[in-house]
Amino acid sequence: MPKVTFIDAAGSSRVINIPAGWSLMEGAVQNDVTGIAAECGGGCACATCHVFVAPEWIGKLPEKSPAENDLLECTAVSRTPASRLSCQIPMSDALDGLVVHLPERQT
Amino acid sequence: MRRIVIIGAGQAGLQLAESLRKGGHDGELYLIGDERWPPYQRPPLSKKYLAEDFADARLFFRPLEHYTRLNVDLRLATRATAIERAAQRVALANGESLGYDGLALTTGTRVRPLPVPGAAHPAVHYLRGLDDAQALKQRLAGARRVVVIGGGFIGLEVAATARHADCEVHVVEALDRLMARVMPPVVSDFFATLHRAHGTQLHLGAQVAAIEPAADGSVEVRLGDGSGLPADLVVAGIGVLPNQELAVAAGLACDNGIVVDEYARTSDPLIVAAGDCTVHRNLRYELPHRLESVQNAVDQAKVAAASLLGQAQPYADLPWFWSDQYEVKLQIAGLSAGHDSHVLRGEPSAAGFSVYYFRQGRLIAVDSLNRPAEHMLARRLLSGGTHVLPAQAADPAFDLKALLVAT
Repeated sequence: MPKVTFIDAAGSSRVINIPAGWSLMEGAVQNDVTGIAAECGGGCACATCHVFVAPEWIGKLPEKSPAENDLLECTAVSRTPASRLSCQIPMSDALDGLVVHLPERQT
Repeated sequence: MRRIVIIGAGQAGLQLAESLRKGGHDGELYLIGDERWPPYQRPPLSKKYLAEDFADARLFFRPLEHYTRLNVDLRLATRATAIERAAQRVALANGESLGYDGLALTTGTRVRPLPVPGAAHPAVHYLRGLDDAQALKQRLAGARRVVVIGGGFIGLEVAATARHADCEVHVVEALDRLMARVMPPVVSDFFATLHRAHGTQLHLGAQVAAIEPAADGSVEVRLGDGSGLPADLVVAGIGVLPNQELAVAAGLACDNGIVVDEYARTSDPLIVAAGDCTVHRNLRYELPHRLESVQNAVDQAKVAAASLLGQAQPYADLPWFWSDQYEVKLQIAGLSAGHDSHVLRGEPSAAGFSVYYFRQGRLIAVDSLNRPAEHMLARRLLSGGTHVLPAQAADPAFDLKALLVAT
């Protein structure tokens, strides 16, 4: 099962196993990672599951859809080139070891 | 407050529990749900859950340990049978009786049953909870011909999923256009074209007279004009009814929902209510209304929690909704009811457009199709009461975001 490290805004980190096929957001929510609101439940409709992907992983993720790219304009903490919506990242073995940082707030 | 009991373990109930803890409630906290599942997300039930191989656990909002950590006594498969207001007690179906110092009702809604002869046939399904979705998914897997009754959000999302599964799909809608209760003709027509292009047959302005049993467990959906649609699966999505019976029996004011004020308080000062089950006041609108949405479940639950904690703040959040049908995401910001004019921004096409609604010159709602960023901008424009002119909204070259910065 792919492992993902979540690092919150205060710098503390947690490593979580997420089944392949689940979204990064679902894995975070199911493991009670605070800092991901995911109000719309993965519908790519609310921009409250924002994460900053560690630099070495950015190029290894699937491309953003135009909808995700547009929604990233609307995050509570402003986007950077590392920004993704975690509901739009399907987990796979290729992402084993992924590291993401959480923004200070989502709403 | 020593003990708070929440009846209804859906999204509003969960939010109430979390907001109570966050707001400082350190007394006992019960969250009571009549379903066997911990609080879960309903929106995917008519979308991804139905369309894909999708584990039930992916729907759950929180792992079970979360409730232990929050010190929430989560009672699943447990039905509340009565509220004894004078004694401040809730009676449960298992014979237990829980005293309360504060009570929250987040009882949600249930589906409106199809009111025609033969509707109890096992081929007829509804979609509200996870149990419904499981049964529907199983039946859909063996179905070739699907008839959806009701051309609203749920019916159309299910119709799109059934077409993905390569079923022959008919949608029967009593009114003369789709989603007529909440959408203008231009949006209804756009979706009618979309569904027809995907091979779904629409029967608009058509009544269902009866469900007649046919061979091999299938049925014939008899329409008002006498014609029949054979079906292996019938899905009825004709609206919901608020679960207000507990409140009615307890003598709380109810009127097509549990009546609450802008602080989510019922007619009993110790009892609040939130989510789909309430008829509520929102400072943004003159008339009380009932909303079936994630936004209302979450935001009104926060208001209700604050009221129980003696930190009352009025409900003034902007309503928003969404629906996914094929490759089109429809997002709604604000309530368009009562609008006296509307303008289009962009031409109706799958590439995306929006409808801006005005009342007495003031922007009151925006529907966006495949324009997620514009939806988010609309939420900010509406929340802040930004003044937008119809001509500005109708001009795709005009930068609406600039208005936001200016105010």
